[in-house]
Amino acid sequence: MSVSSEYIAANFERPSFFKRLGWFDWVWAALVVAGAIYAHTYYAALMNSYTVGILYGASAAIIGLGWNWKSVRPLTLVVAVVSLFAISLYGSDIANAQHSFFLKYLISSQSAIMWMSALFVMATFSYLFGLVIRSDFAAAVGTALTWAATTMGLIGLMVRWRESYLLGPNIGHIPVSNLYEVFILFSIVTALLYLFYEQRYQARKLGGFVLLVISAAVAFLLWYAFDRHANAIQPLVPALQSYWMKIHVPANFIGYGSFALAAMVAVAYLLAERNPQGALATQLPSLEQMDDIMHKSIALGFAFFTVATILGAMWAAQAWGGYWSWDPKETWALIVWLNYAAWLHLRLTKGWRGRPLAWWALIGLGVTTFAFLGVNMFLSGLHSYGGL
Amino acid sequence: MNDNTQPVRPRRSYGALTIEFLGSMNMAITLLVVIAIAAVIGTVLQQNQPYTDYEVKFGPFWFVVFHKLGLYNIYDSSWFMGLLGFLLISTSICIWRSTPHILRDMRQHRTDVEHKSLMGFHLKGEWRTARTDEQAAQTAGALLRARGYGIRQQRYDDHVVVAGMKGSIGRIGYILTHLAIVVICVGALIDTNLPLRFKEWRGEVKAETANIPAAQVPASSTLPASNKIFRGTVTIPEGDSANFLYLQLGNGYLVQNLPFTIALDKFRIKHYPSGMPRSFESDIKIFDNNNKKEVLHTTIAVNHPLDYKGYTIFQASFADGGSHLQMKAWSLDLPADKPLELNGTVNHFIKLTTPRGKRTIEFTNFKLYNIFPVDPSDKSGKKFRNYGPSFIFKVRDPSGEALEYVNYMAPQQVNGREFFMSGVRSSPAEPYRYLYIPIDSHGGIERFMQLLAATHDQKLLKQVVAHQVDSQVTGNSPQDKEMRATMQSSIVRLVNMFVAEGIDGVLQHMRQNVAADKQQDAMNSYIKVLQSVLGDVYVKVLRQDHVDLTHGVSNTDSRYFEDAMNAMAMLGPYGSPFYLQLTNFQQVQASGLEITRAPGKDVVYFGSVMLILGVFMMFYLHQRRVWVWLASVDGKTEVLFAGSGHRNRTEFETEFSGLQTELQKAVPPDVS
Ligand code: HEM
Repeated sequence: MSVSSEYIAANFERPSFFKRLGWFDWVWAALVVAGAIYAHTYYAALMNSYTVGILYGASAAIIGLGWNWKSVRPLTLVVAVVSLFAISLYGSDIANAQHSFFLKYLISSQSAIMWMSALFVMATFSYLFGLVIRSDFAAAVGTALTWAATTMGLIGLMVRWRESYLLGPNIGHIPVSNLYEVFILFSIVTALLYLFYEQRYQARKLGGFVLLVISAAVAFLLWYAFDRHANAIQPLVPALQSYWMKIHVPANFIGYGSFALAAMVAVAYLLAERNPQGALATQLPSLEQMDDIMHKSIALGFAFFTVATILGAMWAAQAWGGYWSWDPKETWALIVWLNYAAWLHLRLTKGWRGRPLAWWALIGLGVTTFAFLGVNMFLSGLHSYGGL
Repeated sequence: MNDNTQPVRPRRSYGALTIEFLGSMNMAITLLVVIAIAAVIGTVLQQNQPYTDYEVKFGPFWFVVFHKLGLYNIYDSSWFMGLLGFLLISTSICIWRSTPHILRDMRQHRTDVEHKSLMGFHLKGEWRTARTDEQAAQTAGALLRARGYGIRQQRYDDHVVVAGMKGSIGRIGYILTHLAIVVICVGALIDTNLPLRFKEWRGEVKAETANIPAAQVPASSTLPASNKIFRGTVTIPEGDSANFLYLQLGNGYLVQNLPFTIALDKFRIKHYPSGMPRSFESDIKIFDNNNKKEVLHTTIAVNHPLDYKGYTIFQASFADGGSHLQMKAWSLDLPADKPLELNGTVNHFIKLTTPRGKRTIEFTNFKLYNIFPVDPSDKSGKKFRNYGPSFIFKVRDPSGEALEYVNYMAPQQVNGREFFMSGVRSSPAEPYRYLYIPIDSHGGIERFMQLLAATHDQKLLKQVVAHQVDSQVTGNSPQDKEMRATMQSSIVRLVNMFVAEGIDGVLQHMRQNVAADKQQDAMNSYIKVLQSVLGDVYVKVLRQDHVDLTHGVSNTDSRYFEDAMNAMAMLGPYGSPFYLQLTNFQQVQASGLEITRAPGKDVVYFGSVMLILGVFMMFYLHQRRVWVWLASVDGKTEVLFAGSGHRNRTEFETEFSGLQTELQKAVPPDVS
């Protein structure tokens, strides 16, 4: 007797991925596409064919992300609606930031970013508090605050993008062009990556660790804004006026964010490992699970860092005349990359696990931080977007 | 790669051992780390600086040691190349060794698996069903196929195996990734121009270190236009052209000839309203070297290079291309109030004879705009301020010592008054110290120069001093006369010292001659004397200038006097025998172009695409295998379901248990 095709169809066949999408998935896709088309027609004068390509590519990525991680959808929709609201409040006059209540206290980019900073710090405390008093509720508050902070941060960036154009059509640019802006990006990306793993692995108690690195970034951001007045929108120097910036920088920060996340999970791992029955270890995910998150995060970071470095090389070829000049920033990108390549080999081919790799991931964050900040502070070179 | 390990063979040749060593995982990891560390050294020690800088920094001994190690140019050094070479070899061996396994492994479903080994798997389930082995095999195969597995079924004497496999394509990721490393290294190697390096090593090509015109560079330092790989720069002034480039090599350069000529029409800097540069652009023309015809006329800008016949032409930098400057040179030493008219050209020098000896003036730069952020205390609301044109020059004395100056053409507002500003420094590491010469009521520098000339006029000075002394010491006794004479001469000396050496000179003199506890008092009285003598001189100058003094000296004029005194006090350290006032200019800019030919670039890009594909495949497509091992026992069928995932254990565990549940539904355990 053979198995009939009806039997197979009735018992085994599962609808394909696209058939499994519900009506809301399609509404979601339609909304994103509509948004992209709107942006394309409304801002057509400011775009060239590359930026149009990036716009639709990014839309496709957001649709796919929303299909696979549902929480992205409310986030995107709220960010879009609030940002459009802020933009409409601005009209065509940047000075409205001082007159409109909403802009002044909530959703001008500066206010939104301050809210983001405050919320991230509050989230950190909630998570840590939840860990100390063993409260799931406090941790859940931490999660909610982290989502809120991420939302405000994204609104801040979107509005800042518009504000830069209000300063002058020649001045406008995507807000990933200097150290101040990329620190915001870093905080948001790291938070999103964490939130993803948190949902996936029910790993709420890791939040206190991951949010620490975000709080550190926020502290830097605040110092940079208040002490150095780095929050002012500056026009782009000629070398940065390129569509490559729009893809090179975000790809880089997915890498940096993943590496930071892995390092903070490594900290949790190392602490939990010292006392597997202790108060900490029993609240955290299992050692094996943390090890797995660490690995996944580094793999994701490595993949995006590879993309970012290659995009960087292509940009360099266009701006400086060579795809590789051994400029300190480039060289450090290579160092970070080699470092994690070695890490991956040790894990995947030599079967290393646990403590040594956790330490290595932590040291890796040091290397990454130097590539990200130290190079700008201590070494001179062609990369000119952010001296301290 | 547990499942790929080869059994150890008893005896192998040295060659085989070497290959095994080079392709070993330990070698790979060590290489990755060592290259990273070498790269760090190259960023900590700034590369490709002038050798003299290194010599100053490290001293003669370490300078040579580091030079021998190639540390000034690490990424071009032979040992760094060697490391990359090792990486290339090691990766190649790795690919060579693993690829056949992987390709085989991707195709083989391993239906020949043994029961014993399946029993050793971490993921497995066993049950007994009432279905026949044939039925069970069919059902299991259908289920696995519906779940995306490729299926092979094999019947043996005593059992049936259904082997499923999925995601094998991910294994290609390994090959793509590692092959990409090889491809990228090869592309990069092409662009390092090995044949040229070989010639350099043989001494057939050597770097020119002298600063001579390109036409005079000897043939051994010149590369023909047929060279296909280089990256060089050339600076072309507006209205000029070039048909060669300079390639940096070690401590010197090579001249690379081009098959075409580039002419620069115009170089432009556009600015944002804030004064920051918005774009750097060059209007260039390209001429064929053979028939001198213009073939192209276009504009290049940063991020918008020109591709021309495999050459890429970039806007890299800019400089002054020899601006023409007209100046008045005011002597700071002579009682003369007529300046000397001078003409200078940036990047050229002129010689001058002054009362202090011969001086060479080297004009080094001219800037049309000088935009600086304003002081935060400034309440004007502006963030930037344009100081207008300036030029930079060095004044060199016969011993070779030089001071560097920056002079601004237009007077600048400082504290509500306007001054001609001139900065001086003795090395580029220092900040400029500024001389502020106040502008007079006609907006010029003339009154200051008249005042300065008057202070140099000994006859006038003596007259003024005598007049002052006479009014203080009256009487006609011999002591009175002698006292007057002594006072006169010491006051004249004091004024002369101040005029020649500035307030620093007076201070120094006083420190040597006055007891420590009296210095403060002495200085106060010196200043009082200087002010009153120079004040009288100033009044004379004002009279000469027909200023109406019937109501005394106006506030403006007396403030001018204070500013002038301050400026005079600075003249000592200013160190130049003259002040150069820019009166007119004609700016000529030059554009720095970088021109490259990099045939390896496309190879590198191809490798990069492979790398991206490979890495994502490796991380996100996992090879998974499952087996359903079926054996008939007593009219029932024993089912053994087992699986192994190449990576990503946790995810595969979830998938496997889901599959097992489904399989147990379709091929149910026999409960009778
Ligand atoms: C810069 C150079 C290199 C990079 C970026 C790199 C990258 C990687 C990565 C990311 C993996 C993980 C694959 C996985 O998830 O399964 C991997 C695996 C591996 N690498 Fe490399 N690698 C490099 C050089 C080398 C060299 C020189 C060797 C050999 C001596 C080597 C041998 C291997 C082997 C044997 C594996 C395991 C493959 C598998 O299990 O499928 N790699 N490599």
